[in-house]
Amino acid sequence: MISQLFILSSKGDHLIYKDFRGEAGKDAVTVFYEKVTALTGDQPPVVMSHKELHFVHIRQGGLYWVVTTTADASPFTIVEFLNRLTTLIKDYCGSLSEKSVRMNFALIYELLDEVVDNGYIQTTSTDILKNFIQTEAVSSKPFSLFDLSNVGLFGAETQQSKVAPSAAATRPIMSSRGEQGGKSEIFVDVVERMSVVIGSNGVLMKVDVEGEIRVKCYMPSCLEMRIGLNEEFSIGKSQLRGYGAAVRVDECSFHQAVKLDEFDQYRILKVCPSQGEHVVMQYQLSDELPSAPPFRLFPTIERDNGGRLLMYLKLRCDLHPKSSAINVSVTVPVPKGSLSLSQELSSPDQTAELRPQTRAVHWDIPRFPGGAQLSALFKLEVPGLSSASMMEVGPVGLSFELPKYTCTGLQIRFLRLTPVQPGSSQRWVRYVTHSDSYTIRI
Amino acid sequence: MPYLGGEEAVKELRRALSNPHVQADHLRYRNTILKVIRVMSQGVDVAGLFSEMVKACATVDVVQKKLVYVFLCSYASLNPELSLLVINTLRKDCQDPNPMVRSLALRNMTNLRLPSLVEYVEQPLMAGLRDRAACVRRVAVLGWAKLHNLQPHTDIDAAVVNELYSMLRDGDPVVMVNCLRALEEMLKEEGGVAVNKAIAYHLLNRLKECDVWGQCEVLRVLQRYRPQTEEELFDILSLLDPSLLSPHVPVMAATLGLFLSLCSPGLPAVSMAALERTQGPLLAACGSASQEMKFTALCHIQLLLRSLPGLMGAHYKRFFCGYAEPAYIKQRKMQVLVELVNDDNVGLVLDELKGYCTDVSPNTAQAAISAIGRIGRSYSDRCLEILTGLLGLKQEHITSVVVQTMQDLVWVCPQCSDSVCEALGGCEDTLQDSQGRQALLWLLGVHGERVSGAPYVLEAFVEQVRSELSAGVKTELLSATMRVFLCRPAETQDTLGRLLHYCIEEETDMCVRDQALLYYRLLHCGIEETRAVLQGRRSDPSLGVLIGRPAEPVSQWASSFNTLEPLRQGDAGTHSAAQGAPNHVTLDPKPSIDLCDPLNSSQDGGETLNRALPPAAAADSVSLLLPAPYAGLLAPCSGGSQLSLSLSPALSPEEFECLWLGGLQDPHAERGAREQKEEEDCVCVQESVRVSFVPHRSSPRGLQAALKLVNIQTMAFTPPHTLPWRVYLYTHTRWKSPIPSPPCEDTQTLVLGELLYTGGESGRVEDKDEKREGGEQRKGGSEEGRVKVTVKQQPRDDEAMRGFLLVLNATLHTVSSS
Repeated sequence: MISQLFILSSKGDHLIYKDFRGEAGKDAVTVFYEKVTALTGDQPPVVMSHKELHFVHIRQGGLYWVVTTTADASPFTIVEFLNRLTTLIKDYCGSLSEKSVRMNFALIYELLDEVVDNGYIQTTSTDILKNFIQTEAVSSKPFSLFDLSNVGLFGAETQQSKVAPSAAATRPIMSSRGEQGGKSEIFVDVVERMSVVIGSNGVLMKVDVEGEIRVKCYMPSCLEMRIGLNEEFSIGKSQLRGYGAAVRVDECSFHQAVKLDEFDQYRILKVCPSQGEHVVMQYQLSDELPSAPPFRLFPTIERDNGGRLLMYLKLRCDLHPKSSAINVSVTVPVPKGSLSLSQELSSPDQTAELRPQTRAVHWDIPRFPGGAQLSALFKLEVPGLSSASMMEVGPVGLSFELPKYTCTGLQIRFLRLTPVQPGSSQRWVRYVTHSDSYTIRI
Repeated sequence: MPYLGGEEAVKELRRALSNPHVQADHLRYRNTILKVIRVMSQGVDVAGLFSEMVKACATVDVVQKKLVYVFLCSYASLNPELSLLVINTLRKDCQDPNPMVRSLALRNMTNLRLPSLVEYVEQPLMAGLRDRAACVRRVAVLGWAKLHNLQPHTDIDAAVVNELYSMLRDGDPVVMVNCLRALEEMLKEEGGVAVNKAIAYHLLNRLKECDVWGQCEVLRVLQRYRPQTEEELFDILSLLDPSLLSPHVPVMAATLGLFLSLCSPGLPAVSMAALERTQGPLLAACGSASQEMKFTALCHIQLLLRSLPGLMGAHYKRFFCGYAEPAYIKQRKMQVLVELVNDDNVGLVLDELKGYCTDVSPNTAQAAISAIGRIGRSYSDRCLEILTGLLGLKQEHITSVVVQTMQDLVWVCPQCSDSVCEALGGCEDTLQDSQGRQALLWLLGVHGERVSGAPYVLEAFVEQVRSELSAGVKTELLSATMRVFLCRPAETQDTLGRLLHYCIEEETDMCVRDQALLYYRLLHCGIEETRAVLQGRRSDPSLGVLIGRPAEPVSQWASSFNTLEPLRQGDAGTHSAAQGAPNHVTLDPKPSIDLCDPLNSSQDGGETLNRALPPAAAADSVSLLLPAPYAGLLAPCSGGSQLSLSLSPALSPEEFECLWLGGLQDPHAERGAREQKEEEDCVCVQESVRVSFVPHRSSPRGLQAALKLVNIQTMAFTPPHTLPWRVYLYTHTRWKSPIPSPPCEDTQTLVLGELLYTGGESGRVEDKDEKREGGEQRKGGSEEGRVKVTVKQQPRDDEAMRGFLLVLNATLHTVSSS
């Protein structure tokens, strides 16, 4: 049961406030914000209580999404609901940010009115909601030439050259009936998150891949979509299919709307996508990777005579030369009290800096082609450097994005819509792997 | 945030709203209303625009209507009269051919929350229940719950309740679920919806039609259903079994909750199997993209681990922390990791935890170090190696936690003490906070003979005692110095002298001063007595079980499953004693030191003395103050007959003397008349207690403290080594009778007592006693090794007297057996 729901900006501005049951006063918002700001340093825990008030909140898009509720409420339900609400609002407003929430507050109030009544969740399905929602979304994106530059060449055959404009999937689902004239598109994204721990000897200690297939649909009417996965796709250890390199996952679960009658034989998912974004399939793989982990680090760390810390880092990207990693950021924790950093990087587009508040050196590489090897030399001035403080160096954390790459090897063979849509419909398949946590011990 | 210039904005808006040109152009009108709502959600008080907004409500534009209703529902309670005007529009809308408009009108009609409008709302609501469109019925059903909340004390219309029950068979699943919700609220006093077999089966059969949220609600309501036969139960369970693996975590959790409530009394094996089945979905939720969902799942995994300690052991790597995770997740993950340690993975887990010890967030670092300490209870060598290594970092917060962790570790694993003692050298310079220094001092005191530099470290502390702010550190310093003095007198004597001098002469904190005085007097009594008092237990290995801990039954936590309870911040602490979360309060050795000799720890000594100062403050029920060994003893009298002892009102020595002598020692002429008079309400009992120790040779303070714990105040005692040895004491007995009218009017009695030990000359003394107290009632005799107890009670209450003697005997036996 949800008593109140409010959305606060990170600075504590009230963006949306809705009281469903009239049980708690409006000062709950202030109470919540005081509790959040009273905590120093660490992020506030998900559940906080103040007398009879129980706050459950999540953070998305830099905003606090808060619900007040009773003590016996199910946290799974409420957290899931808040997550679902953020995707709903993202679907309707195009993107999720303070600005878009501010601009579309009328739409959000309207949505909330339909989604929750008397504190009970009524529906969160876009199919039902679209009959009720009347307000048009205000797109917060200013026109930019930059967006156009990404548009691929029309008519080109290969998938590689057909690149969806980056802003295409961040527009509101409802605006299609406006003057833009029903640009019916469908996006199928395969998103994987990997968390990896590599030991100091280079051995892969832990690897987990969480993946999902997301469908974002802008088509007002679509009867059925068939998504064909690799035929070698297998679930669990025992089951191996096909003759090629198996694409294996440990566990796999599907959205309840997915029809699986052709899955066992042909690995085809059948969905009737409703407007908006949905996770069609989720899967996990742990303890092994079909290919080598994307990054290897060869560090040399020593103290020189002048009490300085020398770190020579060699980072190798083991991806296929055709693909590359972007937005690579390497974080090396350094001893407390490190003063200054001098650096030698292999190319000018890389940057590195010492951030005292996180006590780490951050080395940013905007683009890292597969098969390449980059190196960096850092010299740190650390007063009172002792052999024990070498313990404070490491483990190194990497964050990166691998576009057009899935580490499980999952691919989408085809995407068919029935009935066949008239010419204007466009289907996009995108792959991306994010680093959830990529840790290399030193 | 209050919005500056709010008043101006409101004035501006009012002008625009009442401008006929604006009203004529419906786009402009709508935009103006939009502005009002925007200003409203920024926190400006726009209640003044109410009448203008009421006018704006009468429109055909649905978007505008919705906006106006948002406004009206927020401010209706401030303007009940004007709201009456809206009702007409709303009632008209309820007749609208468009179902969306009808549902909108109904919903907002009930959202106005005005009790005065109830009579206008009931009729459209009733019509709404029978509407063609499902969306109107959904709103109408919940509308009845809202009406009921407005007037919680009025009678519920039975017709409505029946209607709602029958609407459980509605074709629309949301209407069905809403009926459940509404009935739950309206029938709260009767315990919610009556779930009989028919309803339960109906709900189970339609579960598949509902969406995620509906399923959760239905499963929650079904928790109340009790199947009649086991066969029926298993039918239900096998029907729900697939939901345990639902990809939607809320459904999975609700199903598991239902399983637990259906099986937990009789079928523990089934609930265990259900727990094992859900580990897959829970692990998946732990890897979810949403941090909050991860956290929720982690907290519930901790619950599961209480009953199935080995669960997910194979997946321990899933609980390694990601470097970008928030601290609250990292801490929970470490707590789970500690639970999953076994012989095969301990090396890898420790490697991982070691990496977190130097985390930039001090909380994460502390949690990691405590986690290593917990693992150290089973794998002490490896953990001590890591902990010792961390001391080398010489960082304030790390050293402090490491020393505290070592203190805990030594307490549960005595075999670690050698390595800990070696490691301790040099960390006194790094420690800044009082907890860390207290831990260090405790370690130095207890293992002073093995730390070579202990007296010199203490000396350094004593030199700075003047600038020391924390009383805790000072008391710890006192007892540590005393203990080191006992084992290494030559090196410590001078330091101890200075410390005692400072604490007695200059210290302002009463606790510290009293403790110093206590030690000072104790030293006067002789070194052997001091040793006897100060040397308590150094460890308690029974606490240190990490592996092979017995599993808790599911019913212990089933009620808090899938509620906010496991996610609370302080939750880690509440069950840490059993659960093993790193927590310093419960693991602190001091409170669990053998209480037969409560002065052996500074903390306890200080507290006892402190408590002795205001006797009235100690008037709580005895059982509250009792440590474990006494609680058991007292159970028959304090639990069964509800007798409690108390120290208030306090007696002054003069009063005591007067009362004691008044009753006992008037051997001569006056005695006759007075004794006759008081005979009925005054009683005197003598009893002898066999004791195995020689009471007069031990410290009277130990006995005094022990008696104090059971709320018996010692009034006076003879110095040790003198015969006959006597102790005078008193207490008040009080009946805490569960019956409102107790048997006698005054339920409180005053008990005075004398303990007498005459050693070898018992016979002679008894004769003397007999002469002196000839006329009194007497039980038992006196033999070798017996303490004679003479008790005087006023007014007479034999039951209370028996209870008191029981307590006293038990206390004396406990003291003597130590």
